[in-house]
Amino acid sequence: MRRYLVIALPYLWLLGLFLVPFLIVLKISLSDLNLSIPPYLPQLDPGAGWEGLKDFFSQLDLENFVFLTEDDLYWKAYLSSLKIAVVATLLTLCVGYPVAYGMARAPSEWRPTLMMLVILPFWTSFLIRVYSWMGILSTEGFLNQFLLWAGIISEPLIIMNTTKAVYIGIVYTYLPFMILPIYAALEKMDESLLEAAEDLGCSRLQAFWLVTFPLSKSGIIAGCFLVFIPSIGEFVIPSLLGGSDTLMIGKVLWEEFFNNRDWPVASAVAVVLLAILVIPIILFQRNEQKQREAEG
Amino acid sequence: MKRFSWFNLTSLTLGFAFLYLPMLILVIYSFNESKLVTVWAGFSTKWYGELMQNEAFLDAAWVTLRVAVISSTLATVLGTMAAHVMVRGGRFFGRTLFSGMIYAPLVMPEVITGLSLLLLFIGIGLDRGVVTIVLAHTTFAMCYVSVVVSSRLVSFDKSLEEAALDLGCTPFQAFRLVTLPIIMPAVVSGWLLAFTLSLDDLVIASFTAGPSATTLPIKIFSSVRLGVSPEINALSTIMISIVAIGVITASIISKRNIARAEADARAAERT
Repeated sequence: MRRYLVIALPYLWLLGLFLVPFLIVLKISLSDLNLSIPPYLPQLDPGAGWEGLKDFFSQLDLENFVFLTEDDLYWKAYLSSLKIAVVATLLTLCVGYPVAYGMARAPSEWRPTLMMLVILPFWTSFLIRVYSWMGILSTEGFLNQFLLWAGIISEPLIIMNTTKAVYIGIVYTYLPFMILPIYAALEKMDESLLEAAEDLGCSRLQAFWLVTFPLSKSGIIAGCFLVFIPSIGEFVIPSLLGGSDTLMIGKVLWEEFFNNRDWPVASAVAVVLLAILVIPIILFQRNEQKQREAEG
Repeated sequence: MKRFSWFNLTSLTLGFAFLYLPMLILVIYSFNESKLVTVWAGFSTKWYGELMQNEAFLDAAWVTLRVAVISSTLATVLGTMAAHVMVRGGRFFGRTLFSGMIYAPLVMPEVITGLSLLLLFIGIGLDRGVVTIVLAHTTFAMCYVSVVVSSRLVSFDKSLEEAALDLGCTPFQAFRLVTLPIIMPAVVSGWLLAFTLSLDDLVIASFTAGPSATTLPIKIFSSVRLGVSPEINALSTIMISIVAIGVITASIISKRNIARAEADARAAERT
């Protein structure tokens, strides 16, 4: 009896607060906007019985999805989210790989401290970490003050409220997600392999490309997905650091819901966003599974 | 003894400078006298004083703390149960759906989770406030807890539980007396993770909070949208120091525990 309770409690919780809400989103995405409370049609009337149910389903349609393809704001936002996520992921890889490499090759008594230093920002508020860049990137901010003082530039750079600032924000906040899996892969590596490669006549750079890099591939793939997947739907970074020209779908959904109060379109945006995310998520899971099989 | 090579030292220095400089600047400039946040005008703690006078921030902080404590505790209980079901539950109806519902919220964009929960709460006519934020945070945090706890459950010896059952424990007793003490570190880190996720969350809270309850991230977000302010710098400094102290203490304690366990093991070997 108790066993069933242990299963039923988390099961019902997730059904009620995860699956059912999602089905509601799906249903509203097929509904029409209506000026009432709640602002959509049709409403399911349980009192009307079978006829009511049939009537309810006959009123659902794909109109909102057609609307998403017609108005170029939406598909532009999807494409630009994908582009920003891809570029930011590659940038994070370029910044993160040397750090992970340095950590894995550091003296072993240093590694736990370095690990803690990478994890520490992860525990710090995401919002505050994004906010900390607002003072740095603005026109009279610290970066411009420094560059002007150093004589590198003669006019302040405009970074704040552009897509560049969004890239910096994503790289900064998701860097630990990139470093940790790459570090884990590099740390497991047997360093005598490198010695063997050098004995066999590789230069150090060749040894890196032919031995170290392929062996860290699983970590690179995992890190890239861990950065890519959350950046697509990102809301906080584009709305604080980005400008009016930065189109990201998370922001579009937010504005559609809160500013335009168009619930059916916001729901349709959410459904399409999820459909886009399914592919990278499945690929990520495959990679993890392969990894586990290789280890087990 | 291995030493740092110059290349590794440079990449580590640059990497950690990138990670820590922005926060360091924030902390330093929270003690700035001037209202202009990028111009240094002398040391002062006046922004901390003003923060303490700001009723709206204090109220929001209190709401946030209550939500975080309640939701992380609920999430730990539910998440530990879910982990136990996943690892030890055997086969039952809808197992695939169950594990799908555990993993999906981890990759679900926050805007979608928030939107769907809000539509549910409106659909069932639940007034938005502290209760709805707690429900929302518990739901996504329990998935994180269950992932942390199940990784610990997988690695521990199942025969210990079986021995307890053979010796006459009920399944619940076996869990309480044998399993729980062993997985305790994972349960604690699950709770901490749930707690910080709840403290930190802006998007889901914005969807599920009503006019009666505002959390600190919502308050911070609405005021930083207008630009950098010294009061927010002071608030950020307080939050950063709490986290730093917490994480450093936790790592010192765990280091000590490991050292003690090693010493015990050595002592046991000698006898």
